[in-house]
Amino acid sequence: MNGRWRIARLVAAKDLRIERRSKIVTNQVLPFAAVTMVMFAFALDASNLLERVAPGLVWLATMFSLLILVQRSFAVEMSDGALDALRVAGVDPVAIFWGKSIALAAELAVLQVVLVIAAVVLYGADLRVGGVVLLVTTVVLATCGLAAVGTLYGGLTAGFTGRETLLPLLVLPVVAPVLIGATRAMESALGTGGAVVSDGWPWIGLLAVFAVAFCAGGALAFGPLIEEAS
Amino acid sequence: MDRGSDILDQAGVDAAISLDDAVAVLGGFPVLAGASVTIETGQIVLLRGPNGSGKTSLLRLCAGLLPIERGSGRVFGLDLATQRDAIRPRVGLLGHRNGLYGELTVAENVAFWGSTVAATSSEISAAMERLGVAARLADIPVHKLSAGQKRRTALACLVARRAELWLLDEPHAGLDADGRDELDAVLRQAAASGATVVVASHELERAGSLADRVVEVVAGQIREVTV
Repeated sequence: MNGRWRIARLVAAKDLRIERRSKIVTNQVLPFAAVTMVMFAFALDASNLLERVAPGLVWLATMFSLLILVQRSFAVEMSDGALDALRVAGVDPVAIFWGKSIALAAELAVLQVVLVIAAVVLYGADLRVGGVVLLVTTVVLATCGLAAVGTLYGGLTAGFTGRETLLPLLVLPVVAPVLIGATRAMESALGTGGAVVSDGWPWIGLLAVFAVAFCAGGALAFGPLIEEAS
Repeated sequence: MDRGSDILDQAGVDAAISLDDAVAVLGGFPVLAGASVTIETGQIVLLRGPNGSGKTSLLRLCAGLLPIERGSGRVFGLDLATQRDAIRPRVGLLGHRNGLYGELTVAENVAFWGSTVAATSSEISAAMERLGVAARLADIPVHKLSAGQKRRTALACLVARRAELWLLDEPHAGLDADGRDELDAVLRQAAASGATVVVASHELERAGSLADRVVEVVAGQIREVTV
């Protein structure tokens, strides 16, 4: 277990170092997410409507950005055959899964902060003190679930031709429960549409089950999937 | 247990690779059709043969990447059918790609691969020294290196992660004359220090002068062994 955790940290550190150096997240993904939020604002040009749908738009922008982050995460593994090399070296696939999920979750967390700020600024969403704990819990659990799903399906599609189009087809239906649960919980945290904070906690249960299922199931399935896909 | 397996078990004690009538299938097509060979530890062996003859498949089988469908095979005495997970960490397969991260420096790449087996920093430094990538190249991102420098970095990664069996597919491809000479020297040094090196190559003259043995792969079978 120690060795597995050591390798997971190694893989996560490697992925984050590559991102820090290539600046793909800061120079491409964050601007993409911000532009998406602005486009939503143009398309729904009514302040009361924007405020009401702000949580849903935040999570839609997150889903779209997730696809880019996952593609990028596995592009660095595939460009010179590093994923194959990891398999040949007998590196524990569970550790690879955890490591890549942790790095992806860290990138998603940064993205979430930017998107929530954008929602407050662009859409006039009301961030109340009472909802902060619920909001943070929502972001943490949804991010864990999305990172695990993204890593699992990123690994599955990494070896396929046409993976750029296959990934959204596979991932978006699977993450629908996160979109629904996180949107409802965030509505309660922000108090949109008359929702109160206590309405949001049942949705946290859904997000927690989703995150646990994909973190555990994904770790078990990742090895056989990349073995089959390559 | 039949007689063939007995012989294989006896041969497998000291052999790096022992294959007996090994069959491997890829996409429904038999890429190895009854290959038998024994390669001793510390040898440099050249695999030669026409395109599509099964050289790369033989390397992938020995690396534990391709399942053995029939026959039997062992790498360092470990069964290729049932102990592939134990075989893989001891094997380094270098194909047409190097398995490096372009955004990371040479030192970071070698450190990453070494760290997968908990190599110490002195082991990692020694691997870089041995491959001549320690001084001038250490802090250069891999995507800025020449083909030969990338290949040397990839070999340094194999050394850092303590690979005992080096399976190299066309290792001289893309290298200039100096790079090829350097590579040959590295492979001789690796064999001298106990590694077993199997090279699949079309460059018969160069690879042949490097090798202790030449093995011919034709239509998925090993037909001729020249010692």
